[in-house]
Amino acid sequence: MSSTSSQSAVYARIRKNPRFTELVSRRQGFATLLSVIVLTIFYGFFMVVAFNPNLIGQRLSEGSYVTVGIAAELFMFIFFWGLTAVYVKRANGEFDEITSEIVRDAAKEVK
Amino acid sequence: MLARLNLALLGLLAPVLAFAGDAISATEKQPLNLHAIGMFVLFVSMTLGITYWAAGRTKSAADFYTAGGGITGFQNGLAIAGDYMSAATLLGLTALVYTKGVDGYIYMIAFFAGWPIILFLMAERLRNLGKFTFADITSYRLNQSKVRTMAAVSSLTVVCFYLVAQMVGAGQLIKLLFGLDYNIALFVVGALMMVYVTFGGMVATTWVQIIKACMLLAGGTLVAVLAMSQFGFSFEKMMGQAVSLHSLGEKLLFPGTLLPDPITALSLGLGLMFGTAGLPHILMRFFTVTNAKEARKSVLYASGFVAYFFNVILLMGFAAIIIVGQNPEFFEGGQIGGKVIGGGNMIAMHLAKAVGGNLLLGFLSAVAFATILAVVSGLALAGAAAISHDIYARVIRKGKATETEELRVSRFASVGLGLVAIVLGIAFEKMNVAFMVALAFGIAASANFPVLILSMYWKGLTTRGAVAGGYAGLVAAVLLVVFSKSVWVTVLGNAQALFPYDQPALFSMPLAFLVTFIVSKLDNSAEAQAERAGFEDQYVRAQTGFGAAEASAH
Repeated sequence: MSSTSSQSAVYARIRKNPRFTELVSRRQGFATLLSVIVLTIFYGFFMVVAFNPNLIGQRLSEGSYVTVGIAAELFMFIFFWGLTAVYVKRANGEFDEITSEIVRDAAKEVK
Repeated sequence: MLARLNLALLGLLAPVLAFAGDAISATEKQPLNLHAIGMFVLFVSMTLGITYWAAGRTKSAADFYTAGGGITGFQNGLAIAGDYMSAATLLGLTALVYTKGVDGYIYMIAFFAGWPIILFLMAERLRNLGKFTFADITSYRLNQSKVRTMAAVSSLTVVCFYLVAQMVGAGQLIKLLFGLDYNIALFVVGALMMVYVTFGGMVATTWVQIIKACMLLAGGTLVAVLAMSQFGFSFEKMMGQAVSLHSLGEKLLFPGTLLPDPITALSLGLGLMFGTAGLPHILMRFFTVTNAKEARKSVLYASGFVAYFFNVILLMGFAAIIIVGQNPEFFEGGQIGGKVIGGGNMIAMHLAKAVGGNLLLGFLSAVAFATILAVVSGLALAGAAAISHDIYARVIRKGKATETEELRVSRFASVGLGLVAIVLGIAFEKMNVAFMVALAFGIAASANFPVLILSMYWKGLTTRGAVAGGYAGLVAAVLLVVFSKSVWVTVLGNAQALFPYDQPALFSMPLAFLVTFIVSKLDNSAEAQAERAGFEDQYVRAQTGFGAAEASAH
């Protein structure tokens, strides 16, 4: 899986491009932020289940069978999936456009 | 008691067919189910037709391992959902909601939450760096032989335990649903799996999984809609009746014994989340798409289908409390509240029969069988790739094997794995195989995942660190499961478990990270320097996809 020398030259070019650094830090920052949101809510919910299970069964309104637990979980299913949609939209649009520009420039310069 | 319950739940709910002891002992041979067999024959002829078509298109190694890399994000999303949602998901989770209420929903979110994390942290890097197996990524800048051997050993361990758990569950389930003898059921499953994988490779496997996912989604939705129509599509009305009729009453709405303490909760959460991210057959699916864009879309579609289906299962489980739980037809001796005919895993099937008659029951049974086939095929292909691509082509032949030779080995490996699965399935018929699921997830989270994620994110990783950490995670996960109640007490007959939890991930995963980190840090050899320097190119490729494996022309 070793790269050829011309490939290596392109990699070195890309690496030096300040836009590459910017792309990586923006995309990584975005991905990290979303991951932290998911992990915090998910493990937060699990800790409520472990430490305060009574809260989970509390009804949202009198006479309704929609409890805090059911509502919170339905919210997580929808919200987490919404976050994947947000990430895919931004990564496949904005970030991939910058990526292909950076690669195109580097490949051109090397040739 | 709690530990046993958790074990049973893990067995039921892991996306494999491992049915816990109670379900296994309850399995009785049922009369031949003609509707089910008719629909299953239809599914098999369709998939064999596809395999025949796929065989004509499977010429190169890339075709065999990754369908030429030409699968679209939507197709792959369906296939991943098909790979991930097994018959145990349908049967086990419905049964869990039926017996424990909201506990089942809590379990489902743990199965779902790993997917967004895989997307954010791994999907694009997997596609940009990998080719056929995830060892392509871990060995990218490290010593090919050592790292690939380690990855192949842990992959094959995961695949074998997973396959055995699947086969034993499959035999029990088919005996129950179709009235086929256990051994014959195993031969049918093993033989079909070998045909799909050996002749049709990833193309056939992908389409089997896609068809199965569609059948599963359609079947589940139909049952849920018909069931909800009995309550005027009112969630409140259904829940009101469920709570008043269920023996747990109001407790149906509260978490029960599923996650008794924070350690169990955390270990289970970690094991499910990162185990998923280390399963070789799931990771392999990321190499079948055209590029990183499609890899991301795959996760979007897959997680959408999984989330949707879990909510369908919640409705099915609650509806079954009233529709199945109050119908004497489904209890042995007509005794409501007594023993459910066919055991706890049959709730979803009984519900199908109650709302849609024998025809719907037949359809759902065929779905369950199709589901087993799709999951074992994906596993066998991942195992075959570890043998032929990693061990044979890269370690034994040092990359000098021709494509024809590599393909021949992979086909022999598929047949070999099929035979191993049948033989072990027969050998373990009477055993409680639930621990094998804990083991498969534990190893995936402890041996595969840490090395994989560090190889993508950490420049300092060296061969010595990766190998030491990978083996440490593998051994720790195996030992902790052996010392846990499920093996130490249930299988080996000792009085007291040495390790009080069933899921080892909380302990073995950090150990793997720690060992990898320390050994890599202490490694100052010339090779280690070169490996660290090699990170630069790998990093750029991971981020941009420049130089990534391209889809072969078709």
